[in-house]
Amino acid sequence: MSDGTLEASRAAARKVTAITSGKGGVGKTFLAANLAAALARQGQRVLVLDADLGLANLDVVLNLFPKVTLHEVFAGKCKLEEAIVAAPGGFSVLLAGSGMVEYSRMTPELRDQLRDVLNQVAPRFDQVLLDTGAGISDVVLYTVSLAHRVIVVATPEPTSLTDAYATIKVLATTQQRRRISLVVNQARRPGDGRVVRQQLQQVVDRYVSPGLDSPIQIDLLGELPNDSAVRDAVLRRQLLVETLPGAPAAVAVGQLATRLIDA
Amino acid sequence: MPDLRLDLALQLLQQAGVPEPEGERGSAAWLQGLVDALVDLSSRDPLTGAANRRSFEVALSREIDRVARSGEAALLLVLDIDHFKRVNDTHGHGAGDLVIKSVVQALQDTVRPMDLVARTGGEEFAIVLPNCAPAFGQAVAERVRRRVQSTPVAVAPGQQLQVTISVGGAFAPQWVRSRTHLWIERADQQLYRAKSEGRNRVCLEPAAVLQVSNDEKRLLFETSQFQDLA
Repeated sequence: MSDGTLEASRAAARKVTAITSGKGGVGKTFLAANLAAALARQGQRVLVLDADLGLANLDVVLNLFPKVTLHEVFAGKCKLEEAIVAAPGGFSVLLAGSGMVEYSRMTPELRDQLRDVLNQVAPRFDQVLLDTGAGISDVVLYTVSLAHRVIVVATPEPTSLTDAYATIKVLATTQQRRRISLVVNQARRPGDGRVVRQQLQQVVDRYVSPGLDSPIQIDLLGELPNDSAVRDAVLRRQLLVETLPGAPAAVAVGQLATRLIDA
Repeated sequence: MPDLRLDLALQLLQQAGVPEPEGERGSAAWLQGLVDALVDLSSRDPLTGAANRRSFEVALSREIDRVARSGEAALLLVLDIDHFKRVNDTHGHGAGDLVIKSVVQALQDTVRPMDLVARTGGEEFAIVLPNCAPAFGQAVAERVRRRVQSTPVAVAPGQQLQVTISVGGAFAPQWVRSRTHLWIERADQQLYRAKSEGRNRVCLEPAAVLQVSNDEKRLLFETSQFQDLA
């Protein structure tokens, strides 16, 4: 491999962002889809890889029903190109397909296949978002390990906070992650995001960082206000940033996108 | 009343000792009662009254849908009577049937009303335990195993048999929509392990647990700042 291609693959890795959460139902897929659309509106070429292999539902959020998914690619039934489809919102998606239930467990083949797919597609995009499953299954952890940056999505409620904390702890101890980006969804008032970050950072400082070579830094990438427009958009299977770009949550997603590009 | 052939259905209920549905013969309520009775009959194992394989799989797939979205832990145990063939060979099939009935009773006596006990094969059983935390799995399975071991079966006057079971178990993968056969397969692997490690024992698949201690939780929530959020 020449130095040039090595540089290219490094540059590619820098823009792969995994979006995860300890708990399900905190708006992970909503964020992935709308963040992708917001990035696209700012001129970025974006790919969302629905890596929620067991419970893929980006297709439902986007109202897409592609015949070809990663499942067919991995089975050798079609080319990777055919599985990359254009989504409303001006970005591309690569769907795992809900039929991939076999992949609720990680196999060495699946590891290689996922990594290869990512290496092939990443150079063609400015931003790649990996929408992972919830929890800390080996599929989720491995998918996150492929990303340069990880966003943990949490809501200001005890169960979500606990699971976000557990996820950060696992990522810090098993993947040497020292920087975690936090997005606080369904904030009930401005400043909730800051409070949640502070709480998480405090417990991490006390219980996790002391055992590590260097401390963990949790960055608040942003907070999304609790906005009834989000629920309406989800029910209509529409992208909030497309249909109601002025809604508070849509504006917040736009700011997230800007920060992600600048970071 | 539409022209329906119901004599066979009624005969089946009578043979199973189920009373004919109440209400006027042929009325909607009577027909619904008949359908309900037939559904119940086709969901149960005739020997033990436990759920049969069919209704076990329905319950399992319902449980998968639930845990996929709720993230709640659910445990599947698969059980097998150790050396059951010897019971049949030595004491006859009648004794074998008594052993099976006794084991099912022991299983039903040790689990919660919400849990489903099923006879899935000759000497094979399964228990679906919704909302069962990984920390309790081993204790629950051990309790079931011990209960069977300590319950002698009277197979003839003055003759009692002691039987044991091997137990395998796996938790439903949280937040993942799996399939029934994959879940059963994982539990079966553990049962196989229990058998090959000498029988009369419990083997559970290790579950990934989000490890957060009470001290950590206290620090997460018990500050004025977080109380502020609630």
